[in-house]
Amino acid sequence: MNANNDQYVLQTRNLSVYYGDFKAVTDVNINIPRNKITAIIGPSGCGKSTLLRAFNRMNELVPGSRVEGEVLFNGQNLYAKDVDPVEVRHRIGMVFQKPNPFPKSIYENVAWGARIHGYRGNMDELVERCLVQAALWDEVKDILHRSGLALSGGQQQRLCIARAIAVQPEVILMDEPASALDPIATLKIEELMQELKKSYTIVIVTHNMQQAARVSDYTAMMMLVDEHSRSGTVIEFDETHKIFTRPSDKRTEDYVTGRFG
Amino acid sequence: MRKSFESDIQHLKDELLVLGSMVEQMTLEAVDALKKRDIDAAHRLYAMDAQINARRYAIEEQVMVLIATQQPMAHDLRLLASILEIAGELERMGDYAKGICTINIRMGEEPLLKPLIDIPRMAQTGVSMLHRALTAFVNEDVEVARSIPQEDDIVDELYNQVYRELMTFVLRDPRNIERANWLLWVAHNLERLADRVTNICERTIFTATGELREIKASDDEQTSGSQRLSQ
Repeated sequence: MNANNDQYVLQTRNLSVYYGDFKAVTDVNINIPRNKITAIIGPSGCGKSTLLRAFNRMNELVPGSRVEGEVLFNGQNLYAKDVDPVEVRHRIGMVFQKPNPFPKSIYENVAWGARIHGYRGNMDELVERCLVQAALWDEVKDILHRSGLALSGGQQQRLCIARAIAVQPEVILMDEPASALDPIATLKIEELMQELKKSYTIVIVTHNMQQAARVSDYTAMMMLVDEHSRSGTVIEFDETHKIFTRPSDKRTEDYVTGRFG
Repeated sequence: MRKSFESDIQHLKDELLVLGSMVEQMTLEAVDALKKRDIDAAHRLYAMDAQINARRYAIEEQVMVLIATQQPMAHDLRLLASILEIAGELERMGDYAKGICTINIRMGEEPLLKPLIDIPRMAQTGVSMLHRALTAFVNEDVEVARSIPQEDDIVDELYNQVYRELMTFVLRDPRNIERANWLLWVAHNLERLADRVTNICERTIFTATGELREIKASDDEQTSGSQRLSQ
């Protein structure tokens, strides 16, 4: 077990991710602090989502993908032979860019994952608690049996967050969770994230630098390894306020000031 | 990339330099008008303060618009924050020059207590520091920005000299108190102007490096007005 377990929930050790022969992410070494929000930023195609998906073995759903190096979750390598990927995704949940509720009732959207994972407590209480935590309860408490697909985009995304927390994960990965939402729904998600980080660790990929600056405590800046490469890596990892006011790496400076490319 | 933003920033730097040269000119001319006891000139210069204020507000507004529309980060953000700060410093320096005009006007027909020698020197030294500090800011010349605050000692020394001299006039004849006091205020304003140049230099270093720290002149402690007055 690692000495820094208490402070860091996820740690990567020389992590590289491949899709077949293509190395999408090269040699990432970062530590994700517990109960903080960490943003991953960088230009398109630099491997942000790939890195995020490596944190809960989601890339394995893509045929031909593999990783080198390690991802430690509470000190334990997620890619060790005896680790069950389903259990990994239970502990490290994910919210996607486009809200994707199941074509079921609001209630069932939240209850389903918990039931699958053998939740034996009071389901009504769990559904209410998760919807409250996801800041959706007041809007849906009288329509719990209506379809999740009948909600607005912003509500659907909060429903997906409620669904993710219903299985009591430690980490929530968010892949551009607000990019399909209008500014007001975006703001709700951002406020919700501040509440959620009291109980969970959040890692968010975002194209919106202002969003990263507003919501996150730490920022990982990703960039292609060099101009001839199509593989990305983390070039700078620091407290968010430092990344956006005085970054150490010239490439980060160029990116956050809009002079990249 | 970001061509219009770059040109907006360049424009702001130019505006800051214009504001700076107005303050430089007003300071030198205010002291000159006092030296010559030219009250008409003092009135004319007094009015220049309103122009300086208006320019400062215009700069402030442009910075606000850029922050709101361009979401500046890192170096750009530091630069814009520094421009805001420096425009404020320049406006305050304009107030010091205005204060000198006020003294000139209030003195009315009274002759100067003594011919002005060190006070114009203070003005020239302070204005020269200001001019070079602003040039260093737009060029982000950290080395120059670090060296200029040392010259504040020269201004402080001149201030001490003026102070001592005026005190001897007062001791010789207490009826000199009011006229000595006027000149002491003039010198005080010039001493403060030079102090504020140091603030500009701090902003230059901040803009270029991200390091925000107070620069202390070598003998700050010995020459601070309040300490000497309490001796």
